[in-house]
Amino acid sequence: MAALLEVKRLEKRFGGLKAISELSFSVPERMIFSIIGPNGAGKTTLFNLLTNIYRPSSGSILFKGKDITSLPPFKIARLGISRTFQNLQVFLNMNVIENVMVGCHLRSKSGLIASALRLPSVIKEERDVKQMALESLKFCGLSDYANRPAGGLPYGILKKLEVARAIAAKPKLLLMDEPAAGLNDTETAELCQLIKRICDSGITVLLVEHNMSLIMEISQRVLVLNYGRLLAEGPPEEIQKNPEVIAAYLGQG
Amino acid sequence: MKRLSGFVLFGAICLILPIVFPDNYYVTVVGLTIFINIILAVSLNLLMGFAGQISLGHAAFFGLGAYSSAILTIRYGINPWLAMLAGSVFVCILSYILSRPILKLKGHYLAMATLGLGIIVHIFFVQADELTGGPDGISGLPPLSILGIVIDSDIKWYLVLCTYMLLSVLFSLNIADSRAGRALSAVHGSEIAAQMMGIDTAKVKSHIFVFSALMASIAGSLFAHQQDFVSPESFSFFFSIELVTMVVLGGLGSTFGAVIGAFILSILPEVLIVFEDFEVLIFGAILMIIMIFLPEGLFVALKNKVLALLSARAKRESA
Repeated sequence: MAALLEVKRLEKRFGGLKAISELSFSVPERMIFSIIGPNGAGKTTLFNLLTNIYRPSSGSILFKGKDITSLPPFKIARLGISRTFQNLQVFLNMNVIENVMVGCHLRSKSGLIASALRLPSVIKEERDVKQMALESLKFCGLSDYANRPAGGLPYGILKKLEVARAIAAKPKLLLMDEPAAGLNDTETAELCQLIKRICDSGITVLLVEHNMSLIMEISQRVLVLNYGRLLAEGPPEEIQKNPEVIAAYLGQG
Repeated sequence: MKRLSGFVLFGAICLILPIVFPDNYYVTVVGLTIFINIILAVSLNLLMGFAGQISLGHAAFFGLGAYSSAILTIRYGINPWLAMLAGSVFVCILSYILSRPILKLKGHYLAMATLGLGIIVHIFFVQADELTGGPDGISGLPPLSILGIVIDSDIKWYLVLCTYMLLSVLFSLNIADSRAGRALSAVHGSEIAAQMMGIDTAKVKSHIFVFSALMASIAGSLFAHQQDFVSPESFSFFFSIELVTMVVLGGLGSTFGAVIGAFILSILPEVLIVFEDFEVLIFGAILMIIMIFLPEGLFVALKNKVLALLSARAKRESA
């Protein structure tokens, strides 16, 4: 299987602290690949490096064989990577469907002047974009919320909204940063189904999560980070039995 | 079309007013100032309300348009329309060059930088007296004519400025409901998320900065011809602040909010003249009261109230 994402000897230092060091791994296409690790292991830092919100100190990141290490985030998005955020980054100044329509930005092209003049092409595109956004909302079970203002919606809905917005871009790779954090059991079960459906639709999912039962249920591969280093990588059954992983999580006796 | 029903109503009122009250001072004289202020407030709202980028120097672009027209037509005898075009091109280039470094700044720092821009341009108008006439300004612009019709009366100016004002409002409404407008709102909401959706935030901000400056520059050129006179006073730092007040008062991010804000701030001084010495005091008090009780802005607050009432009634009827 061809690797969709390849990380080579990635390193990130914040002053003297090595948040990520000597990290290499590759994510094959069409699977759910999870990254776990204790708090402060560098999981979110890794996501921020992959999307170049932080600039790596050294090492390289390849996506579909292309070096994306120093591309700005919007160019990375254009290549087909989308993400959700641990601390929500919903556009609270817009309503739900508009949020998802922003997700369709890359699948449409009207510019400022054409929009100001509302040319016929803009009107048509606007209709198409709305349709795409509605499909994405439906996919995430948010159809009923389409015209509600995003500000003031419950946390669980906003989390799903971020997913709907991210997949509206039709990415090849979706990075999900702790999607289950703060969700109750029912919501987590729904999320589990949603992630599986996303993967089935052909999107590779890279997942950072604390919820072990969720990880073990849906991932094909799991990578364990500890103090910014790769501790183990393999299928979930192997990871569960790995003594080093158990020690990292429970503390060495 | 439901989307533009408010705009059609607004346009109809603007066009009927001078027919019903052809000699009314408030319509044909104050009205011209109101139109200019609406254009400026609407253009500033594109930047401030939509994209969330504050500018305390918007009057600078208005002034550059006005001075370009005055200087090129009077000193160089250039055709008024060509002068307006030259001024617009100049403002576009200048604002584009400035936009990249300035819009990297955020919040207070952006406010400071745009404030500096406004003050520098104002000082230039005052000090470069060989070119700008200094504090006395320049007068005697040639009249503007459209298709052989010379725009030489209040009522003709009313039509010209009203047309440009309505176009500005229409452009703003169109942008609000478009891919470009959503990109601006996304930048306002979360720049990181906007980037992750593939939006080149630096480019989007720079484009709207230039577009907004261009609208102000054209308004400046028309203003110069209509007043037949330009002086630094009209383009001071205080006017920039007044424009920001218009946008915030009406409701940040709402096109009609900017319209209402500009209308109120233009008409209030005229109405409050009866209080003579207390005019400024009462003016300030009214602004404070509105902002304390309706922080989301006058128009937006009223709109939300009406919508809430309507949905409550709909619920009662269906029950």
